[in-house]
Amino acid sequence: MAKNTMKPQTYTEATHFYGRLWTSFAILMFLMIPMAVSVHYNAWPPLTDVLRGLMGVAPVFWTVGVIEVFTYAPMLGTGGTYLAFVTGSLSSLKVPCVLNALDAAGVKPGTEEGEALSTIAVATSSLVTTLVIALGVFGIGFLQPILENPVLAPAFDNIMPALMGSLALVYFSKNWKLALTPLICMIALFVCVPSLAGSVGILVPVSALIALGAGLLLQKAGLLDSKKDSSTTTDKDA
Amino acid sequence: MDDAVIRRTISASALFTVAPALAILIGVISLSQFLGLPLPWVRLSVLGALTYELPAAQSAASAMGIQSTATLVTDPQVFSAIAWVMTLGILSGILVVLFGLKKIEHGLDRIRQKDAKKSSLLMDSLFLGMICAFTGLLFADIQQGLPGMIPIAVALVSMILMALCGLMIRRLHVKWLEQYALPLCMLGGMIAAIPLTQLMGG
Repeated sequence: MAKNTMKPQTYTEATHFYGRLWTSFAILMFLMIPMAVSVHYNAWPPLTDVLRGLMGVAPVFWTVGVIEVFTYAPMLGTGGTYLAFVTGSLSSLKVPCVLNALDAAGVKPGTEEGEALSTIAVATSSLVTTLVIALGVFGIGFLQPILENPVLAPAFDNIMPALMGSLALVYFSKNWKLALTPLICMIALFVCVPSLAGSVGILVPVSALIALGAGLLLQKAGLLDSKKDSSTTTDKDA
Repeated sequence: MDDAVIRRTISASALFTVAPALAILIGVISLSQFLGLPLPWVRLSVLGALTYELPAAQSAASAMGIQSTATLVTDPQVFSAIAWVMTLGILSGILVVLFGLKKIEHGLDRIRQKDAKKSSLLMDSLFLGMICAFTGLLFADIQQGLPGMIPIAVALVSMILMALCGLMIRRLHVKWLEQYALPLCMLGGMIAAIPLTQLMGG
């Protein structure tokens, strides 16, 4: 009987059911790592030191973490969100990977196809990342001199600019009217206050709100045709 | 859905992931000089990111009186404190997903059903908001002069490559590029960063 009442009815319900189940296990596993270190070495750090250490990162990263759910969940879909929030590297890897998958297939997020493709993209990306890191760790003697070669350093230092350049062209060309205001605001903000570079996660929803406000005004003024201009996530052109 | 689309999504996602995964591996290697290999390996394989793990480790070490992250931690209590801070400092997002994702999605569904036009605008604003914020970030070092403009130059090269890919897809009908354009342009931009850094004095 208990089995029947627990059984999820639809794909979405099933995804939430298994997503919550495995996310709970994942959180437990995450906590087991410092627990195992403390138990194995019989080394329990003073609570005050842990709290002081947390004070250095938690105010920013807890805020960013919460904001990221609201910002990225609509893009990643249900399955993709559960997976991506366990495997991490959201803004530098999982979200662009999903954007690429949806755009190339000409599929919109929030649809059944979008849900399937974003889950597949996040899952593939997570598996490849795990594999690359594992292979790299096992072959560290061979790879370390190559990866840490000063000649290659600029390439790895510029992954985000290289990624954002092509992503920006694709999305701005489809919806330049909507992109213009948040883009100008964000450029002005970072030029005037470069120290905000460390808080870019917090500025993502600010930028989205600016885009939304500008979009509503443009729609009201009849300058944003919803079919032609507001189709960032559906057009198929590269 | 066509099986070919799924296969192309898998291969394009895998190709796209290689370069950022190598960057994560470099993070594991650099953190290993401070924390050994196992902890950075586990931490960077799951929730978190390079931009988070190092400040978290530094903050915990500093709370325990260690200022340098260049030497290996040998004190078990310090190592344990670092492991706790790195883990607890990043849990907020996953906890919100665990307890709130279903409600957030219900809210989105309600917006979709109520006003499709506004819902579409909201989705577009989220996508563009993210891209605009990270594009704006490229200008953060502009006050440093030419070396500070390297990220902008790299992004421009990547943009030009993407424009060329767009032309090849539309004019020459090179259909396979639709899936692979983004990872290839990203790699092109990264490779261009090497001579650009030398030219611009980075």
